[in-house]
Amino acid sequence: METVVQQLQGVPISHYLIFCTIIFAIGVMGVLIRRNVIIIMMSIELMLNAVNLLLAAFSVQHGDSSGQVFVFFIMALAAAEVAVGLAIIIMVYRNTKSVDIDSLNKLRW
Amino acid sequence: MTVFYFVAFLSIFFALMTIFTKNPVHSVLYLVITFFTFTVHYILLNAQFLAVVNFIVYMGAIMVLFLFVLMLLNLNKDTEPMKSNLVKFMGVIAGCCLLVTFLGVYRVFEISNPLTVNNPEIGLVKNLGKVLFNEFLLPFELSSLLLLTAMIGAILLAKKEPKQI
Repeated sequence: METVVQQLQGVPISHYLIFCTIIFAIGVMGVLIRRNVIIIMMSIELMLNAVNLLLAAFSVQHGDSSGQVFVFFIMALAAAEVAVGLAIIIMVYRNTKSVDIDSLNKLRW
Repeated sequence: MTVFYFVAFLSIFFALMTIFTKNPVHSVLYLVITFFTFTVHYILLNAQFLAVVNFIVYMGAIMVLFLFVLMLLNLNKDTEPMKSNLVKFMGVIAGCCLLVTFLGVYRVFEISNPLTVNNPEIGLVKNLGKVLFNEFLLPFELSSLLLLTAMIGAILLAKKEPKQI
């Protein structure tokens, strides 16, 4: 375990910030460029994970474990969100026979 | 130190593969690898509880749920609808704009002190359990209520409607 902690020393917190921002931006790009609803939900998971990692990094930086507890709650929330979202996707697929997000434009003005 | 940069490179590469692969099943598998690299990041941060939970919940449960729905809907073919190249290009440009904006914000804040592990014990299961069951007991119980509600909602939504007479 000491070697793992040694590995960590020297990585600036700003590099964690930059890395998590890149992952978050990739998630946003995934939401914007894909039409498959399932891929869009996976991109949302990617964004949640980027935020989780940043919370954990700042929690370690400040020596406060509240951040890691918060990450735990976000994971519980993500599990609930995925369960309900996939159920909605299955229902939409049953009605429209596709997972294309453009088939859900009936509510558009 | 170099381990972090190597794993970060792998994460970014597999995240890009996730959103640019055409086949949805390959996309899910790339996302599983991305989450595995995130688990390695948690281990590097000495957050062992989060590493284990990330491994079991994200890679074990959520990704299997995604794969299961993909197989259930029979979407494992390359003929899925793609947006036009113009919309794709605009999406990538918008994502890069967001990235540049955030990087500019970090330049203003000047957060560059090296990450030091002041207290290597905080990520362990023992310590985290103490915090979770002392200070955060009420949110913990409420999250169980949230999971129950989500479970009932998912079953109700996915259930086939009985035939109307």
